[in-house]
Amino acid sequence: MDINSIFINTAQALFSPVTIAFAMAALGLAIHFGFVGLLNFGIAGFMAVGAYGYAISTLTFGFPWWAAFLASMAASALFAVLLGIPTLQLRGDYLAIVTIAAAEIVRLLLLSTTWIKTTGSADGLVAYANDFRSINPFPDGTYGFGPWSYTANQFWVLIFALVVLALAALLLWRLVRSPWGRVIKGIREDEDAVRALGKNVFAYKMQALVVGGIVAGLGGALYVLPSSANPMLFATSLTFFVWTALLLGGAATVFGPLLGAVIFWVLQAFLGSLLPAMADAGLLGALSSAQAGALRFVLVGILLVVIVIVRPQGIVGDKRELTFVRK
Amino acid sequence: MSGSKPLKKAPQKSTGLHVGDASPGVKKVDPILVADHVSRKFGGLVAVDVEHVEIPRGAITALIGPNGAGKTTLFNLLTGFDKPDTGTWSFSGKDLAGVPAHKVAKMGQVRTFQLTKALGLLTVLENMKLGAKDQTGESLFQSIFPFLWKKQEEEIEERALEILERFKLLKLKDDFAASLSGGQRKLLEMARALMTKPTLVMLDEPMAGVNPALTESLLEHILDLKTEGMTVLFVEHDMHMVRHIADWVIVMAEGRIIAEGPPEDVMKDEAVVDAYLGSHQDVDLGVVTGRITLPKGEK
Amino acid sequence: MSSATTENHTFFARGMKMLLIAILAFAGVLFASPAMADTVGDEYENKILGNVKNEGTPLQGVRIIVEGNGYTAEVVTDADGKWSIGVPEAGSYLITLVEDTLPEGIAVLEGGATQTVEWGFTNTVVWNFFIGEGERNPTSQLDQFFMRVFAGLNFGLLLGLAAIGLSLVFGTTALPNFAHGEMVTMGALFTLFLTLAGVPLLLSFPLAVALSALFGWGLDAAVWAPLRARGVGIVQLMIVSIGLSLTFRYITQAFLGGGTEQLPGALGSPEIPIFRTVTLSVNDLVSMGVSLVVLVAFAFWLLRSKMGKATRAVSDNADLAAASGINVDQVIRVVWIMAGGLAGLAGILWAYFRPGLKWDMGEKILLFIFAAGVLGGLGTAFGAFVGAMIVGVLIETSAQFIPSDLKYVGALLVMIIILLFRPQGILGRRERIG
Repeated sequence: MDINSIFINTAQALFSPVTIAFAMAALGLAIHFGFVGLLNFGIAGFMAVGAYGYAISTLTFGFPWWAAFLASMAASALFAVLLGIPTLQLRGDYLAIVTIAAAEIVRLLLLSTTWIKTTGSADGLVAYANDFRSINPFPDGTYGFGPWSYTANQFWVLIFALVVLALAALLLWRLVRSPWGRVIKGIREDEDAVRALGKNVFAYKMQALVVGGIVAGLGGALYVLPSSANPMLFATSLTFFVWTALLLGGAATVFGPLLGAVIFWVLQAFLGSLLPAMADAGLLGALSSAQAGALRFVLVGILLVVIVIVRPQGIVGDKRELTFVRK
Repeated sequence: MSGSKPLKKAPQKSTGLHVGDASPGVKKVDPILVADHVSRKFGGLVAVDVEHVEIPRGAITALIGPNGAGKTTLFNLLTGFDKPDTGTWSFSGKDLAGVPAHKVAKMGQVRTFQLTKALGLLTVLENMKLGAKDQTGESLFQSIFPFLWKKQEEEIEERALEILERFKLLKLKDDFAASLSGGQRKLLEMARALMTKPTLVMLDEPMAGVNPALTESLLEHILDLKTEGMTVLFVEHDMHMVRHIADWVIVMAEGRIIAEGPPEDVMKDEAVVDAYLGSHQDVDLGVVTGRITLPKGEK
Repeated sequence: MSSATTENHTFFARGMKMLLIAILAFAGVLFASPAMADTVGDEYENKILGNVKNEGTPLQGVRIIVEGNGYTAEVVTDADGKWSIGVPEAGSYLITLVEDTLPEGIAVLEGGATQTVEWGFTNTVVWNFFIGEGERNPTSQLDQFFMRVFAGLNFGLLLGLAAIGLSLVFGTTALPNFAHGEMVTMGALFTLFLTLAGVPLLLSFPLAVALSALFGWGLDAAVWAPLRARGVGIVQLMIVSIGLSLTFRYITQAFLGGGTEQLPGALGSPEIPIFRTVTLSVNDLVSMGVSLVVLVAFAFWLLRSKMGKATRAVSDNADLAAASGINVDQVIRVVWIMAGGLAGLAGILWAYFRPGLKWDMGEKILLFIFAAGVLGGLGTAFGAFVGAMIVGVLIETSAQFIPSDLKYVGALLVMIIILLFRPQGILGRRERIG
């Protein structure tokens, strides 16, 4: 077993744009579910809208990188509003079903050959990051050390993503500690009590949906920025992985989603290298290395079940603050 | 605690609130709330069917009636928490029909709930601060910049602490509301309602589930509301309490208003007695339900 | 909570009007000129391709649709009359040439506008339609429609089997079971393993269904009943069902890999002419027959047997049922056994319908099982059946009118709309909502 490559793969996941993008998605979901209590099972849809929003505005409309980001955010906000108007009044389980369906509709629309010239259909979209790369301040060369070695372009994406994540986390942290956050906290527990105090509950929920949606959408854009956009990336499984990361870290906190995302991806990378290596070495009986790779997602499923029952507040959450745990 | 004298000092009652003879729907000298033809059906059941009702300003009005009379439903309709089938009503001259609940609250009409809604996830102080109106920091964009709302927050906190002191909840200010007793939560809900600087306070069964030791304190607070110029409308079952603090009583039965007037008159009204008490004609409903025990010889 | 509903409904009504106008405008732009390509599916190795020519003259802009194995794609011929569709797996596909896109007076002369294509040994299939001057067979479009209706009925029946279980689980335990797709996959998986182990096919089917029922029993005994006893909240239970779906789906992937397996007899089932040019394969007929028999038997059980009546009572109002002496936990256990068995059977039929067995085959139809249940009314078994038939026929026949790879979107939209405007579905009752 090649311990060295297992170590390298795992270590790289610690500082990878994919991990950061995932953390953004988890942050967005934290706003939706952790802070407002909305059962958004369609977060992958928001990520898809953000990702394709960036790619399409660059490729089809020729937007420069900054305008493409703005377009991506606008698309996510629009999707949030479109989704929110009909669904914010739905009770929990129906909202869950509707959001899964909505995300799946987005994926099917992107996959369809009807608009293949714009969306690329199953082939997806590539080569939309050129303008972004052209503003790379880092000259050619290698950056970092050990397993964390990057080319100039890779490094640029990484730093950029880190900055965006930091800003998003700071924004959420400010929001949560503000009177706006106080109203949201009240809404999560009891809408009517908050209504009776003169607050427009619908508007607050919509604002949270939009803010969380924009954050998750940016996560989607960052997710595909270093590579290519493809409808297959945004399947329902992605939503459930984000949920696992969120619950693992702590749904109703700002740091929780970040922690959960990092642990999730590091674990994925670790198991994704370790298990196939173990299979190749014959340690897993008759399992091939490809089959062993699938095992790590089995563990994700089990992890999700265990967390939500045994420690629903996650690693850094406070059990007293949870509203979805019933006794 | 004996049921006969719940308050140390007999409250100052308001009189002369009505115009003409006291009867259901009678006009008031200075009404704060006027409602016409309000009706609400659930399936085939008529929950509320009120021709005309006026709530007098600056007084404490009690809304009483047997279970199922439609009191809470009427409450929900008047505060925007439910939509009526028919009806118009106005609050200080402003048309309220169809106005959503939060706007009604913003206009100065605040209500509490039968099942107390103290927000357990927030501390007592946070609950209070939530009640404040027009805190700039509650708006999404401004909330990100603390310097825009920090000063307001401090003022709000001051006012909150004052009210908490009055309600004797100051010591608990940093405790999660979930850890308070039932009675303390009721007080918190009332205190929080005061933060909205209301003109009309509507209390839905303020005494329900409160242990007798706290009722005196609650009554005092309700009287204080009147002293400070607010109007109070409360739903209650406990006739003793009603008799002691209410200036005006409105009686509902089967969705309709069957009597109105000062407490003593209303309690003697034939229609009320029939609807409410049946065979226990001269016994307080509170005694019938066993909630109040009277010393020997008292009725 | 009536107040929440009231106030939210005000915004809902106003918002919906604005939303509707925006959507109509957007849809108008979007569908005005779908830009179709002449080559699709470049990333796949297997290709079906051809050349549309009328007596040597290439025809441009002719629409060709390929459907099969859960995959569907469309192309439009280019200036040379050429077209190419890549497909994910070598299997049986239906190719349709849309005659309306041929020039006036030109039609498909021989063989019909819809053909079944099977694979050879290479990864390319060439198909050329016989085009020439002639009367377009006016019935061929209609026949296509009928074929679609039958496909929809077949699909709807198997959806119904799965949806009934989902609906009853929701009715008795208030849980939307997001792992139901995996319960469907299990039926096909068990059958595959049994046949690979040498068990004769006709015996494998009932055995696999029994194993699926056992699986359902196991889920309730090991997971759901203990969690219910602990008083775990419904949101947590929903997330548990998602965790379970991930677990079982990837266990299946670990065993099956990413490819498609076929159950014995899935391919090459002889086509039986029904009327005009409409044909149904023996597999289709058997499948529909089995579904109907099982559904009728289940209906009988639900209506006549003691346990069936108890199930309906609990699904209707669990507290009332418990108060009248029904052992609710026992009923729920039976519901899970039934749901497991029915879902397993649906999985077998789904494996023959697609045709093909894949690790995520259950997940692919999960949302349509939900759509069926929601449309009919979650909590009522008959509603699930009605909803499933409508969803099945809707999906298949919509391909006649809209780009075929969008046919699933319609069913999902219907489900969302029902949840917004009539959440109790067709046969459900208002009181059970909110």
